[in-house]
Amino acid sequence: MASNEEILTGLAEIVEEVAGIDTADVSTEKSFVDDLDIDSLSMVEIAVQAEDKFGVKIPDDQLAELKTVGDAVDYIAKNQ
Amino acid sequence: MTAFRLPATTPGARLLGLGSTQPANVVTNDDLAKTMDTSDQWIRDRVGIQSRRVVGDGTLLVEMAAEAGERALKDSGLEPSEIDTVIFASCTMPSPIPNGAAQTADRIGISAPAAFDLNAACAGFSYGVGTAAGLIRSGSARHVLVIGAEKLSDWIDWTDRSTAIIFADGAGAAVLGPAPDEASVGVGPVAWGSAGDLAPTIFIKPENNALFQEGQSVFRWATTKIAPVALRAIELAGLTPADIDVFVPHQANLRIVEAIAKKLRKSGAREDMRVADDIILSGNTSSASIPLALDHMRADGRVASGDTVLLVGFGAGLSYAGQVITFP
Repeated sequence: MASNEEILTGLAEIVEEVAGIDTADVSTEKSFVDDLDIDSLSMVEIAVQAEDKFGVKIPDDQLAELKTVGDAVDYIAKNQ
Repeated sequence: MTAFRLPATTPGARLLGLGSTQPANVVTNDDLAKTMDTSDQWIRDRVGIQSRRVVGDGTLLVEMAAEAGERALKDSGLEPSEIDTVIFASCTMPSPIPNGAAQTADRIGISAPAAFDLNAACAGFSYGVGTAAGLIRSGSARHVLVIGAEKLSDWIDWTDRSTAIIFADGAGAAVLGPAPDEASVGVGPVAWGSAGDLAPTIFIKPENNALFQEGQSVFRWATTKIAPVALRAIELAGLTPADIDVFVPHQANLRIVEAIAKKLRKSGAREDMRVADDIILSGNTSSASIPLALDHMRADGRVASGDTVLLVGFGAGLSYAGQVITFP
């Protein structure tokens, strides 16, 4: 089981690969859409990679609920 | 029991000719931005399209299909009388009856061929090529005209920015015939299938007769499930990813095209594999997108005779099909 800190680090690496955003900018309070300017298709790519990395399922309806990086970290922590 | 006499089989099929057509009417992203809340940059970022061709003069779907078919026939050097089977892959016929294949054949001057429509949506051309190759190998057909033709503009809500920016019109066609020997077989085995559980992700809404798709679900499916289909087609043909010179996936969305190509390269496809990007100027033309892209790549020199080309179609159904071909 990954800790919240490990999840954040892993998620930031995925966000960097998919959207080219520096890992340092990927912090829990950031909104994917409003702060990081990530669109809905990139969110799918991030979800697919997070599923592989953390062994979780992130269906599309759940994905829509993950507004901030912190939401995603919490969801992964709860469901891994 | 009576033993039936069956036709002589052939070693397999090969491509003999290719042709395509598009409407003259160009619709740019800026044109669309005048009537809906979108912009050139937004569209380029989401789907990679800069402009698309949309019928503006009332041209019929079967007229486009016949034009593409005639060009493919001319390219093959065959006469209309030598075609015995016409497969018309389309999901946008204005009405289910009559079918498009017979009337298209008649417009071309092909007399009394076996003619049927095939609806596998955006996978239709690869389904058609797979079906044609099987008919030719079994001896049930000799020369088959496979046409992918779509008039998606008839089935679009032109106020819905999620679909109006993507879909377009056009037609492409190929003539297939028997290879004289095993070494000259030019169509590999088809890798195909469907995912009917995801049927509700792309459908025609009855209330407005317009296409609707769950963009995120379809994107997830296409970017995770289609590269394995492409790899399966390569494996079935007895090849490896490094053998592929040109990759022509259905032109659904440039980001899907790039995601699948990236996965193929991670599996051993070459960096210099040429990847179709015809969607940029043609939009998503469903079953027509693969032959259109191939024909355009031939015109600009990115595909040449003897190239090993990987085709893979995927879309509503959901359905998918891929095969490796040798470019004629």
